[in-house]
Amino acid sequence: MRTTGGPAPSRGRAGRPCGPVDGTLVPVPDENEIILERKAQIRERLNLDEPFPIQYAAWLGDFVTGDMGSYYRVTDEDPVFDRAKEALPVSLQLVLYSQILALVIAVPMGVLTAYRAGTRFDRATNASAFGLLALPNFVLALVLAYYVGVWLGWLPVDGYVNFADDPGEHLRHMVLPTITLAASQIAIYMRLLRSDMVATLQEDFIQMARSKGISDRRVLWRHALRPSSLTVLTVAGLNVGALIGGAVVVEVIFRLPGIGTELAQAILQRQYVALQSFVAIIAIVYVLVNFAVDILYTVIDPRIRHARAGG
Amino acid sequence: MSIETITTDVATAPASEPVEVSGTRKLGPLGWVCITWLVAIVGAAVLAPILPLDDPSESFGEIARQGPGASGHILGGDSIGRDMLSRVIFGARTSLLIAVGAVMLGLLVGGFFGLLAGYVRGRVDTVLTTLFNVFLSIPALVLALSLVAVLASPDPAGQDSISHTRRVVVLILALGIVTVPILGRITRASTLSWAEREFVKASEVSGARPSRIIFREVLPNVLPAMMSIALLGIAVAIVAEGSLALLGVGVQEEPTWGNIIAGGRRELSNDAPHIVFVPSAAIFFTVLSLNYLGDVIRARFDVREAVL
Repeated sequence: MRTTGGPAPSRGRAGRPCGPVDGTLVPVPDENEIILERKAQIRERLNLDEPFPIQYAAWLGDFVTGDMGSYYRVTDEDPVFDRAKEALPVSLQLVLYSQILALVIAVPMGVLTAYRAGTRFDRATNASAFGLLALPNFVLALVLAYYVGVWLGWLPVDGYVNFADDPGEHLRHMVLPTITLAASQIAIYMRLLRSDMVATLQEDFIQMARSKGISDRRVLWRHALRPSSLTVLTVAGLNVGALIGGAVVVEVIFRLPGIGTELAQAILQRQYVALQSFVAIIAIVYVLVNFAVDILYTVIDPRIRHARAGG
Repeated sequence: MSIETITTDVATAPASEPVEVSGTRKLGPLGWVCITWLVAIVGAAVLAPILPLDDPSESFGEIARQGPGASGHILGGDSIGRDMLSRVIFGARTSLLIAVGAVMLGLLVGGFFGLLAGYVRGRVDTVLTTLFNVFLSIPALVLALSLVAVLASPDPAGQDSISHTRRVVVLILALGIVTVPILGRITRASTLSWAEREFVKASEVSGARPSRIIFREVLPNVLPAMMSIALLGIAVAIVAEGSLALLGVGVQEEPTWGNIIAGGRRELSNDAPHIVFVPSAAIFFTVLSLNYLGDVIRARFDVREAVL
């Protein structure tokens, strides 16, 4: 199994930052000719002697054809693609679950607090949201790991099980990381939705609907929610992109072999080719998700489609 | 709360919360509680060497893994019996130094370029705004982790050791670079709206030099916006230091809130959760206070990025 945490980073002589060969691949000081020669051979094989632009062009040329390059190793091949293939689904699942959980809780709460704006319920909810935002995710992760995982012993605190292998175990392993990631999102989405809803509820068409005698519930959920949900959706979309690889700490604490964990390891072990490939994957997912959110806008609020068609 | 989430929160929340501000416009009793906590923690951190505390690196065998209240040690001892109270206070020293240092760097660099972009506009603005956006698009923690890993990480070959000072400086730099674009953007947005005001125009007409206008007319008005985001920035930097410590990089010799938590993680299953929870609580209350005061300033001076 791969290790998580902070494994052997590397440094060169005299405190200057160095390439992947010193330290990681050859973790001994430059004592004699043989070691220096060996290092030179490895550098040669890994193309590390080429200037950066050429190394970059080589990587980019490979990447666009689907070849993500290989981890720096002394001898054998270790393609980045194999790890990315394993890691991306883990991160996608984690982010997806946490966004679903966050929206399922935040949307009703946001609607209710907007409807009851200014009441004690509204203030209490807002205060808890404020508290949630001040809770760093690693603190929440460790608190949950201790109370739910160790003390109550209800759920596993680390590791990952494939959904295909055992759906039940898979979900049990994902519960704590999902809650951890969702917590601060709940607070953000709730506050965003609330402020947009409060503005929407003052609009004429809501007055109209109310004066026609439509029930409050129907006005809130059918008339006001849709035009108020755009900001939340935008931020949710941005978050999906940001959390693929941005959930490094949560992934590392719960030992989930996702993109975040791989990213941290690639940085700490100076696996630059792997790092570049992971960052590129994250960027691609980011763009795709935001493109999807853009399309979703026109479905949710047809006014945008008409404005574009007219303009 | 990650760096990403607070960045999106800062970027979106103030612009769309006109209704909510009335609640936090005044400082109120809660605000005073926050200030008291911050003054207490900063005071304790600064005065730590002359306070009657145990040496944070001295271990008392009998209080190892003992919870709060153990024989004269109010907050108990850590895994090898070092006094938790003294470690948390000495930890505050390094954690706060790093966080405040990083944000000062962000204020100086981001503030300067933000003022420049917002006042000069035109091509300078386009270039600087693009730069800010490019930096914002890199996941903050990944950027900070890369910088710290490359510039200050342990040496497996044992060729040289990195001094404590160097680690602290590198952390300040890494986290500072992360806060530069955030502060730069908010400064620019605020400058844009102030630069159009009559008194600035009057100053221009009467022939004042651009540098005088920027620093004497615009800057004082932009400062509240910068300060409110700077307070949030300090909170983010404290959390970021903790995150980096959990990933195994950062300060090692001296205690910080982050590395106490990272070190105490193993003890969660040894029935000594307080080693993690005591510094966690310190982080939580500090971040809560900073967020609250930042919000108060934001509401008071009507800071928003909506001008963009």
